[in-house]
Amino acid sequence: MFLVPDVVVRFFHRMASPPHFYTFTERWMPWLVGLFVLLLGAGLYGGLYLAPADYQQGDSYRIIYIHVPSAWMSLFIYMVMATAGAIGLVWRIKLAEVVLISSAPIGASFTFIALVTGSLWGKPMWGTWWVWDARLTSELVLLFLYLGVIGLYGAMDDKRVASKAVAILALVGVVNIPIIHYSVEWWSSLHQGPTVTKMGKPSIHVSMLIPLLLMALAFKVYYVIALMQRARVELLSRERNSQWVKNKIAMETK
Amino acid sequence: MTLQEFFAMGGYGFYVWTSYGITLLVLVVNILIPIIQRKQFLRQQALKQKR
Repeated sequence: MFLVPDVVVRFFHRMASPPHFYTFTERWMPWLVGLFVLLLGAGLYGGLYLAPADYQQGDSYRIIYIHVPSAWMSLFIYMVMATAGAIGLVWRIKLAEVVLISSAPIGASFTFIALVTGSLWGKPMWGTWWVWDARLTSELVLLFLYLGVIGLYGAMDDKRVASKAVAILALVGVVNIPIIHYSVEWWSSLHQGPTVTKMGKPSIHVSMLIPLLLMALAFKVYYVIALMQRARVELLSRERNSQWVKNKIAMETK
Repeated sequence: MTLQEFFAMGGYGFYVWTSYGITLLVLVVNILIPIIQRKQFLRQQALKQKR
């Protein structure tokens, strides 16, 4: 492969091998957990304590520090899932299939958090828990897409065939992603417009922006941790008859 | 700021803390489930091997 350094190619080749991936996740887990705790602690301290109250929304806006990062993660994880699905369909790489199916419950969780915290923020600010507008409805569709992936995968016994089916479902569902992102611009909505990704300067003060970005990073690291945990179970179960899993079983039960 | 003021969240305490509470619960459960599943799987397979 040209343009890609040899080290990178070798890294991905090794990572695609289930036993290597398993060992890798074991070695990195404590560091990732440490990083997550640091980022989360700093983000919460900045967001709940240091940052001032909003001049319009008072302290209710502090829900932003979980609502917005969760909503970002719900879109990000979906894109990871669809990309893994495409890779799995084209190259039949086992690890890509495992990443797809292991991401689905985590993505569904973040979508759920985004919807629930949005509702808890909407009640005091808009006066209602829920409206059927474009942003909220398309995010709800995203939750159903995640649940669809989980359900379809669970309904099929042959996991390699099931992986193909959910990959196609995940890829079709990608249409929904730009709809969610642009919904607040395309349709009139109770939901406020983008404050961070707005072209030019974000319309949010730096004392509020830094904790928000820290929380977003913390959630990204959390996703990696949760993904590794789920992928491990999936790999063990899929490869239960291979030698490396038998060694693992022997080691853990000694 | 007193601790009481902090928890009151300017009158929005219920909404803010419910949001954070639900988020914490969901995130913790998401880590616990695969850990429990892995332990269970390894235990079951070990039993099978012994037989």
